[in-house]
Amino acid sequence: MIVDYLIDIIPFAADWPGLVFVSVVIFCAVPVFLFIAVYALVAIYGELKVSSFMQDKIGPMGQGVGLHAGKWGLLQPIADALKLILKEDIIPTTADRKLFILAPFIVFIGAFISMAALPFSQTIIVADMNIGIFYILAVSSLGVIGIILAGWSSNNKWSLYGAMRSAAQIVSYEIPAGLSIIGVVMITGTLSMQGIIEHQSGFVWGILPNWIIFQNPFTFLSFFLFFISGVAECNRTPFDIPEAESELVAGAFTEYSGMRYAFFFLSEYANMFVVSGVAAAAFLGGWRSPIPGVLDTPGWGIMWFIGKSMFLIFMMMWFRWTWPRLRVDQLMSVCWKGFIPIAFFNIFGIGIWKLLIG
Amino acid sequence: MGVAAAKEIGPVQAEEMVLNIGPQHPSTHGVLRLKVKTDGEIVSEVIPYIGYLHRCFEKHAESITYEQVIPFTDRCDYLGSMNNNFGFAVAMEELMDIKVPERVEYIRIIMAELNRIASHLLALGVYGLDVGAFTPFLHMFRDRERILDIFELTCGARLLYNYMWVGGVSHDLPRNFDSICIDFLDYFEPKIPEFNELLTTNKIFIERTADVGVMPAEVAISYGVSGPNLRGSGVKWDVRRDEPYSIYDKFDFEIPVGSGDVGTLGDCWDRYWVRMLEMMESCKIIRQALKTIPEGGDVHQMVPKKIRPPKGSIYRRTESPRGDLGYYIISDGSEIPFRMKMRSPALTALSVLDEISAGWMISDVIAILGSLDIVLGEIDR
Repeated sequence: MIVDYLIDIIPFAADWPGLVFVSVVIFCAVPVFLFIAVYALVAIYGELKVSSFMQDKIGPMGQGVGLHAGKWGLLQPIADALKLILKEDIIPTTADRKLFILAPFIVFIGAFISMAALPFSQTIIVADMNIGIFYILAVSSLGVIGIILAGWSSNNKWSLYGAMRSAAQIVSYEIPAGLSIIGVVMITGTLSMQGIIEHQSGFVWGILPNWIIFQNPFTFLSFFLFFISGVAECNRTPFDIPEAESELVAGAFTEYSGMRYAFFFLSEYANMFVVSGVAAAAFLGGWRSPIPGVLDTPGWGIMWFIGKSMFLIFMMMWFRWTWPRLRVDQLMSVCWKGFIPIAFFNIFGIGIWKLLIG
Repeated sequence: MGVAAAKEIGPVQAEEMVLNIGPQHPSTHGVLRLKVKTDGEIVSEVIPYIGYLHRCFEKHAESITYEQVIPFTDRCDYLGSMNNNFGFAVAMEELMDIKVPERVEYIRIIMAELNRIASHLLALGVYGLDVGAFTPFLHMFRDRERILDIFELTCGARLLYNYMWVGGVSHDLPRNFDSICIDFLDYFEPKIPEFNELLTTNKIFIERTADVGVMPAEVAISYGVSGPNLRGSGVKWDVRRDEPYSIYDKFDFEIPVGSGDVGTLGDCWDRYWVRMLEMMESCKIIRQALKTIPEGGDVHQMVPKKIRPPKGSIYRRTESPRGDLGYYIISDGSEIPFRMKMRSPALTALSVLDEISAGWMISDVIAILGSLDIVLGEIDR
């Protein structure tokens, strides 16, 4: 959407494609990057505190004068980020240097360009493509290339194990995620993110907001399928076998340090937001208020969208700090023997429901 | 690539890869190196290499007096130091024919059982960590901390106590020990169902541990595995009951054994579950001991001025948190042991690793290793 405005505003866009490119970078890419950076700091702080409260401790805290983590430890994520930036950047001598350096960027790009199609409010969206949700599903799996590169180029057996596990996992879980989105597309009849959210206005069943999750039992199931597959795509517990610190040390990221590691870290958090954002937009009404008609202005839209996404991110953290990790074959059997058949069944169910009930 | 080219290369050759787990690895429970032969994720052979923590305990003991040996027993199994002291003290007293005051016996049993709970808490918590659950680990450490506080109150140390001397204990119990200990038990016993909800009965945890690393009773016995690992295989053997030492025969407690409830008898879950049940039994023993402990008397009454056992030898085994811990002491009548041998239950547990983990996956090897609850300080000595 913002891209469309820019093209409209700049009258000589056709003559100066370079200028359009520069303005797109300034008005779209930089804010999105800043958003990811700020969001990651908040999420890291949230993760520290959530984990602490679940583990009966208080987490980062600062008190009195001197060098400390600030009130309630609010400066802790900044300190963490600083530490990662200032750390020595080590590239193993036996590593494939070019690929080793390239890998974190590819992983980050996958997460970064997915943000382009996330609808933050009625008006704030970088590009409201007519294939928005399809675009996100497509580019968010770019990251797996980076992970394989990282695993291969590190020249380390642990990294290779992590990379192979990660590749198998992300590629497998793409399928149930995509299949559950098909149900949404069948109901709304559009692939555009804004179009999907537009469809979810008003009430359903009398009192519930007309979100897709509430529209019929199959979509209710679809939401969980999509969200759990999304957790698996983010490599979060209980699907964190690619990093499995008690088995693979740090999986594909074992040899990475400093800023390069920080990029993997950042893209993990960005991926979490993308998955939560898509789940919020496709199933939970996106920027729509939980009570239709109340506080449904564009300004509140941002709040609702980010609020819903953050709630789903909190769910992911809750999973992480409660559950053990699955084994690689169990993970695969959950996907291929459980999720994919259910997802197919769901598509069928949604089709029948739409045909008979509407 | 055409058919001709494929023929030229021949059928796909799968090659086994050798993977070194350790000596620096997050879940080797110390400094252990496992040489693992893998085909993809499947493990065909696990060879443990030990010795990274070897400190010549046995040889060292031959040049120091008997009193000086006790602090070194602490450092063998540093998670069950009280029990290590206990074993040595019991063996020496049997060799020297010392009868310790009854209050000392009670104190020793209370301490040994508290230490058993602390050790099992660590074993179970770290096991959760091995299969990827972080939170139970910190919950269990929080409770272990309270036991360490009790130890600190009693003897000043939190990890290496040097508490049980030949013929007595180093300090009498502090004032209010009864109420402090009862408070802890009242707090701790309701925590066990909480742990069970959080970890033991978790679906993923059961998926990861049930039917994995099955150790049949005959394998366990033929390898000399003891303690909770043996009981996990369904063998009701506990030195405390079958060869009672100190005053264990006075107490009423159960010997929990594995049941194969959620999987096969002798799997990782059973070994885990036996430890959980043992903590409850230890609580029972401590409660009984606190009720009947005699008051008064000097805990140093029977401590000899100089330990000079008669010529001869003794082998005495006791039940440490890890199993059957034996001391073989040969005395030539002087103040220093002529020869000293410690039978480590963790070493026998480690030796069975290859037998029960071949054919499983890398993740399972970590889970099986964790379920055996080894302490490298004791294996290497």
